[in-house]
Amino acid sequence: MEIMQIVGLGLVVTVLIVIIKQQRPELAIQLSVVTGVIIFSMMLGKINSVVTLMKDLAQRSNVSVLYMGTIMKIIGVAYIAEFGAQICRDAGEGAVASKIEFAAKVIVIVLAIPVIVAVFDSLLKLIP
Amino acid sequence: MDTDLIFQLAGISIVITVIYTVLKQAGRDEFAFSTLLLGIVVVLAMVIPKIAGLFETVRSVFQIY
Repeated sequence: MEIMQIVGLGLVVTVLIVIIKQQRPELAIQLSVVTGVIIFSMMLGKINSVVTLMKDLAQRSNVSVLYMGTIMKIIGVAYIAEFGAQICRDAGEGAVASKIEFAAKVIVIVLAIPVIVAVFDSLLKLIP
Repeated sequence: MDTDLIFQLAGISIVITVIYTVLKQAGRDEFAFSTLLLGIVVVLAMVIPKIAGLFETVRSVFQIY
């Protein structure tokens, strides 16, 4: 089961990071970044299958590809922004982390605009 | 699942820390600081392709842009 590998790896790397963090915090951050990347790449196969499954379901229930694509984009943007913001916060830079999250919110809103417009149009049609 | 990169990085950073403290004790601070910078650059050179790879995979999985 991958979860045991992941938890084992996480614990070992946390111990290493704590050792290195006393003397050289800048190296410890890079170690945690690499761990995040490796754990994500381990989960990639599962994420891929979930994404393709959602696409098939969307096709079958003829939800327009625009909405599904927007949802996928927003999930991707949110994940990368969370990844960066969390690492900045670990390093003690809360200000930088909140800037990253602010930018991510703006990007998500911009991505969601087509969907909002579509919903608004359909609402206007309902009102006589 | 290339966890060996993690342990390489940990090894390198421990070696850098030891070298830095040894050189500092020896009284040659500028030399110590330059080896520290060199070590950080080496570690960065190993980490940045990984991050780029992560962003590329996320881009391909979620079809961003």
